[in-house]
Amino acid sequence: MQNKIRILTAGDSSILVEFGKVISPEINRKIAATVQLMKMQHIEGVVDIIPAFCSLLINYDPRVISYEEITERMQHLLKMDAKMDEGKKKVYEIPVCYGGEYGPDIANIAAHAGLTEEEVIKIHSSRDYLIYMLGFLPGFCYLGGLDERIHTPRLANPRIKISAGSVGIGGSQTGIYPLDSPGGWQLMGMTPVKTYDPDREVPILLEAGDYIRFIPIDEEEYHRIKEQVERGEYQCVIHEGEV
Amino acid sequence: MGIRILKSGMLTTVQDLGRTGYQSQGFSVAGVMDVRSFKIANLLLDNPENEAVLEFTLIGPTLQFTSATIIAITGGDFQPTVNGEPVPMYTALYMNKGDILKFGSARTGSRGYVAFSSYLDVPVVMGSRCTNLKSHQGGFKGRKLKADDYINFRIKRRYLPFFLSRKLDINEYDQEETTLRVVMGPQDDLFSKQGVETFLNSEYIVTSDFDRMGCRLEGPFIAPKDTSDIISDGIAFGSIQVPSHGKPIILLADRQTTGGYAKIATVASVDIPKLVQRKTDHKVRFKAISVQEAQHLYMEELKELDEMRKIIHQPCKEVLDCRLVAKRLAKLFE
Repeated sequence: MQNKIRILTAGDSSILVEFGKVISPEINRKIAATVQLMKMQHIEGVVDIIPAFCSLLINYDPRVISYEEITERMQHLLKMDAKMDEGKKKVYEIPVCYGGEYGPDIANIAAHAGLTEEEVIKIHSSRDYLIYMLGFLPGFCYLGGLDERIHTPRLANPRIKISAGSVGIGGSQTGIYPLDSPGGWQLMGMTPVKTYDPDREVPILLEAGDYIRFIPIDEEEYHRIKEQVERGEYQCVIHEGEV
Repeated sequence: MGIRILKSGMLTTVQDLGRTGYQSQGFSVAGVMDVRSFKIANLLLDNPENEAVLEFTLIGPTLQFTSATIIAITGGDFQPTVNGEPVPMYTALYMNKGDILKFGSARTGSRGYVAFSSYLDVPVVMGSRCTNLKSHQGGFKGRKLKADDYINFRIKRRYLPFFLSRKLDINEYDQEETTLRVVMGPQDDLFSKQGVETFLNSEYIVTSDFDRMGCRLEGPFIAPKDTSDIISDGIAFGSIQVPSHGKPIILLADRQTTGGYAKIATVASVDIPKLVQRKTDHKVRFKAISVQEAQHLYMEELKELDEMRKIIHQPCKEVLDCRLVAKRLAKLFE
């Protein structure tokens, strides 16, 4: 594993640590562990980090730490990484009201899969999705592991506005829109939980390396949770368990 | 007390060095495009290094001051006037209540900056006062400025020592051709030997697809070995990505945090201002340097800025000139 990791230059203020060239939960866990370790070690001069599917971009301040120094620190840290406890995972329950006006494209998804809407909901909500990375929009999660049976092509004609909280499928990916945005995903439901809330102390709810579990709820429950969210009283259910 | 926007210009926003620390959550850094001009504007006023300024693009704004303050204008030449009279750039200027500061279109360069000694009163959002246009966050209401917007000042600061010494050499952005020094990587190995040679030995032209997110260039095809699609990874300020159409796109302040195209090289920090001050049809060439050289250049620029700081903190020689003093005194009795 170790010898596959490459440290590449990305200008005079960033390095890219490349962990591999495939999307896999193992590589992603290794990146998450490295990020954890970096936070604990606190390398002076690191300004920002961007963990992605199989790499980690590190922005640093060359006034504080040189290219040679940061490369050396990272090489050292990557060796330590192997000893990390990778056994814990955090699963966030995301309540979703599927179908109807909340998920106008669920019929498309069901028709494409040759399944009933109930089956689509069951399949979508029956597994935990790994958050590989965040990007594109604030709080937008790239999730892995969508069941092949419900892969659905994007809409031929993208919507000009998709509301924050919409849950959809785009090709082999599923995800939640963190804010109002144009988009071409097939919408299957809506969550009252705000994955991005600029007024919250921690604006972004989820982190790369965490998991999401979608929990089907009815309309009544949707409104009840939405009210709690508005009052700032809603606490997301989080399970901690083994990978 | 503050400034009222009479005319907005083309794209005028409140910016600082950007919102760092949140890219892992999908937030773009945003911040100023031309860090050098930004730093010099604040330096002229003894402002903190990261104090928020106004950045404007191609056509500048018109502002009215509702209280006295001191300003400094840097970047491209937008032919600034105060109450109709031309005023110098790269100089501390005293503004009176009611004064109208007007910028025209960019004679040279394409981005201008104005800093204020009384500091713009916009909220700090996640550690920064900069405007993120995509997530409608920070700056003035998360958007570009419009006519009739009013921004308060945070403090009264109408006196600066060595006021007459506060002028520096102007950075001219009138060249139509420029060479950008780049550090190769992170994915230069995905391009053929010939592709890399084409990139380093050709002239590229700045297209009109040039905004705060990035700058598209037109020119010879840069050949990948196989494909230039990669598994999405993080993007640095000044990264040069080359999609399958083979033309470089340089990613700038409002870049997305991650992208799926191979990046052949990254522009050296000190040369990003040279790029962002270009206009459509200007020519750009690339020259590879080592990461060590790029960091050395960066440190040299910081020394240069320190020198500037010294220059503006020396007593002005003109003040010691008796005739000039006599002339000034005489004026008082006219």
